[in-house]
Amino acid sequence: MHVHRVGTDALLVEVDTVAQAEALHAEVLRRVEAGRLTAVDVVPAARTVLLDELADRERHAREIPTWSVPEVGEASGPVVEIPVRYDGPDVGDVAAAWGVDVADVARLHQEPTYRVAFGGFAPGFGYLTGLPPDRSVPRRASPRTEVPAGSVALAGEFTGVYPRASPGGWQIVGTAVDVTLWDVARTPPALLVPGARVRFREVR
Amino acid sequence: MSFVVVRAGALTTVQDRGRPGYANLGIARSGALDLDALTLANRAVGNDDGAAVLETTLSGVGLRAVEPMVVAVAGAHCAVRVDGHPVAWGAPVLVRAGQVLDVGPAARGVRSYVAVRGGVDAAPALGSRSRDVLGSVGPEPLRDGERYDVGAEPATDGGWPGPLAARDVPDEITLPLVLGPRADWFTAGARRALWAATYVVGSASNRVGLRLQGAPLERRDGAELPSEGMVLGAVQVPPDGQPVVFLADHPVTGGYPVIGVVTAEGVGAAAQAVPGSTARFVRAVGP
Repeated sequence: MHVHRVGTDALLVEVDTVAQAEALHAEVLRRVEAGRLTAVDVVPAARTVLLDELADRERHAREIPTWSVPEVGEASGPVVEIPVRYDGPDVGDVAAAWGVDVADVARLHQEPTYRVAFGGFAPGFGYLTGLPPDRSVPRRASPRTEVPAGSVALAGEFTGVYPRASPGGWQIVGTAVDVTLWDVARTPPALLVPGARVRFREVR
Repeated sequence: MSFVVVRAGALTTVQDRGRPGYANLGIARSGALDLDALTLANRAVGNDDGAAVLETTLSGVGLRAVEPMVVAVAGAHCAVRVDGHPVAWGAPVLVRAGQVLDVGPAARGVRSYVAVRGGVDAAPALGSRSRDVLGSVGPEPLRDGERYDVGAEPATDGGWPGPLAARDVPDEITLPLVLGPRADWFTAGARRALWAATYVVGSASNRVGLRLQGAPLERRDGAELPSEGMVLGAVQVPPDGQPVVFLADHPVTGGYPVIGVVTAEGVGAAAQAVPGSTARFVRAVGP
């Protein structure tokens, strides 16, 4: 674990794996909940957790490396279920990358219970972890200029759902049905909040 | 009370102090780029410091009062007129029903702030009326012909603080910088250049970032940085080596290394840095 000072009042805590980053983020949230850490923003990412406008920064900079951070196990609590039509243009490429039949992509994508590791690409976008290591896929060689809202896609060790139309380079396997990923009138506005669990269910 | 937009200008948005605490969902704080000017404009009309105002971009804005309203203009210095007659910049001005307030092009600086007594009552989103141009959250930018409501008279009034001073906009702004978190991703030459070089403010600068052009900041190698959280003032360096200072509507994560972070004071100066003017980084003095 490495603690970087950022500007005058933030820390960037760096670890080695996305699993460690998820565990660290969960530990930060426990400490926020318990009133032992106060930050305006806590931003998890692939290998880091940013603590922005952190009160008592220097004390935390000293203490964080001594934290004992439990692994994120099989999380309990509610699961967000996302109905999906597996009609994406890249199902064939994903099947090829996985070495399976096109017909198996939907079943294999639905098997894991995923976890929202972090967001950040667009409001309401969540990077979901839980794909087995042998189910990684490369990004598309050439990104699309417009990926439709609701696209269910994969890249690297992650899967996710585009909350709004945007450019994107992920492999699209399907379309989320009847879910609103982002709504500023809702609390919280994002359906997929870091730490939440997610399952995909095929609909036709 | 309300007003009608008669000249929206290049980009005029509603801004307050922004919406902290949503970065984990992909939303930056947003808010007025020049927070000092937001405060000063509001105090001049007796509002709370964080009441919603209009933020103009270089070309000003024109508004017709539907009912009488009291306004004040702060931030970038500019000519202010009511029905064509010059009135005071930086002081409360009464605009009578039917009269047109014209906030002229910025004479020095980029963004003027127009406070209306009672505040601009646009629809809030996630607790703020600020327009985030990157996240597309908050009220849309102003358009000609639109009508905006004005909020209720402020409950408390600290009294008029007297005429405002314009933020000094020097020909060359200085950006106090704290090195890190990724300064070690750059060559020793790049770190020397950072303190020595004069950068030109690029024309693509906006509420997302101040884009600087000058001595490229070279990385030690082509290693890939997994995306990580970004703070206000972060100086991100893409592969072309031209630094970008992240402003209020910045992306909350990014995959290019941050060589250093500009202080709040520097972010305020960056808000008024005109494209084509110059900027230099200086070591931030510790707290």
